[in-house]
Amino acid sequence: MNTPATLAETREAVVSGARSAVEVCREALGRIEAADPSLHAFHTVTAERALARAAEIDANRIRFRTAPLAGIPVGLKDNICTNGVRTTASSRILETFVPPYDATVVTRLHAAGAVLVGKTNCDEFAMGSSTENSAFGPSRNPWAADRIPGGSSGGSAVAVAAGMTPLSLGSETGGSIRQPAAMCGVFGLKPTYGRVSRYGLLAFGSSLDQIGPITRTARDAAIALGVIAGADPADSTASHEAVPDYAAGLTGETRGLRIGVPSRLLETGVDADILHAVRTAIDTLRERGAVVVDIELPHAKYAIPVYYLVATAEASSNLARYDGVRYGLRDAQTELGAMYSRTRERGFGAEVKRRIMLGTYVLSAGYYDAYYLKAQRVRTLILRDYAQAFERVDVIAMPTSPIPPFKLGERASDPLQMYLADIFTVSANLAGLPAVSVPCGFTTDRLPIGLQLTGRAFDEGTILRTADAYERDSEWWKQAPPIATR
Amino acid sequence: MPAEFTRAQVEAIAALAHLELDASEVEMFARQLGDILAYADQVQQVDTSGVTPTEYGVGQHSADRPDRVVPSLPIDDVLGNAPDSERPRTGGGFFKVPRVLG
Repeated sequence: MNTPATLAETREAVVSGARSAVEVCREALGRIEAADPSLHAFHTVTAERALARAAEIDANRIRFRTAPLAGIPVGLKDNICTNGVRTTASSRILETFVPPYDATVVTRLHAAGAVLVGKTNCDEFAMGSSTENSAFGPSRNPWAADRIPGGSSGGSAVAVAAGMTPLSLGSETGGSIRQPAAMCGVFGLKPTYGRVSRYGLLAFGSSLDQIGPITRTARDAAIALGVIAGADPADSTASHEAVPDYAAGLTGETRGLRIGVPSRLLETGVDADILHAVRTAIDTLRERGAVVVDIELPHAKYAIPVYYLVATAEASSNLARYDGVRYGLRDAQTELGAMYSRTRERGFGAEVKRRIMLGTYVLSAGYYDAYYLKAQRVRTLILRDYAQAFERVDVIAMPTSPIPPFKLGERASDPLQMYLADIFTVSANLAGLPAVSVPCGFTTDRLPIGLQLTGRAFDEGTILRTADAYERDSEWWKQAPPIATR
Repeated sequence: MPAEFTRAQVEAIAALAHLELDASEVEMFARQLGDILAYADQVQQVDTSGVTPTEYGVGQHSADRPDRVVPSLPIDDVLGNAPDSERPRTGGGFFKVPRVLG
């Protein structure tokens, strides 16, 4: 079997009648059945619903002729609510939760002709960088099954990398789309804060969270973003900024494009193979006419502490809603306070508790100014660094992850070490900026490497155009792990 | 900022967060929270005098909408996820919790 088809190819095949949506759906379900027992990308597979929806699309081919995602099988991270389909956030506390409504992104995917095939594994409440914090077991990297796929949207990245679905949605608070995309050798996009509605996304860090696509190519992500982006009366943070035709903007034009590289930031702690691959990718863009400029992001080194102070504070407040009253697990107790505490003790895993504890502490009386408010002030300086850099450049390039995917269990006992690996991704969330990860090579152990491109707010168009141009001059995105082509 | 938290400090934070930790968790968090905060403490090195705090990276948009009554989710669907609930014959419905007042 060949390399798995892209979203664009699959849609073209369905719209032209070369393949039926049911045939495409059966193939996706077949691949899940074959590969998921060893990779665990999915918590829930909605085979029956998916086939019924695919049949509906086939029966209404004329109506779906212009639908941008006609017949496209989609995996959804399990922290995105789906009406009538269990949504667990990989947590015991929501193990039996069946939402009575669809997230806005789900409604939009559906209207665009997509076929939801299942809900993907992730770190519990999207807290983690490896999917090892899932209460229902980790996902595995399709390129090396003894290694992590990255996280927290690990299952979504595995589904695309292993050829199960050409599109998955993930969510990001500090890199949870880009990092697993890089580690699985696929494309990931975190849109600008407010670009995509979060109605129906289980909240983690409200000033940071954003939903985005994981695909094989920049073009596929451009198509998916066009579907899910835009204002939403159900989410006051969803921007009214006009949604451009992202796919039409993929002209391959990179002459005169100014690419900033924060060389000093890359001097320490980056794996040698990753640094080499990223530098080579930047050279490829230079050969296409881009101008490479050295930039400084002097406060980027504080991004991790700022992120873990801000994100945990927001998490401790958002996760207060899981109290055993309205949904999910309840520990039967005769006293209300004991019911809350026992329910939360039983329902949350160690990482979630750790972050709730940290967030509660930094928000508590006497520490608020020293930690939370201080972190928000440094956040302002991180924003200013970017604003200054974007006066000189159009795109900022760096690695997505400083390390290749590590072995399962290798870092599980040291949460701080795990946090440090988010060094290149969290800044974009703190600043609200859009960023992508595009495959740019492999380590000597044949583990995927991602190039990260960050853009100006609401300028997804430029980073997608740059990534698409890079894909035209590289073959990395065409590579698939053996399990995807078996 | 303590390098390591005492058990009492961890238990006090857990109480604020409505978490009933077991003994091994108290011990683990005493160590780990200390480590993480010691690392996070480097933000103190940054001079932020005169710098305003940022709550949202990208400016919040004014998103007023008309205050119209629209249908909300069906009560049965919402109560369907509740561990305990009741639909009185007189109409409406509610979530049930253990007794609050003695």
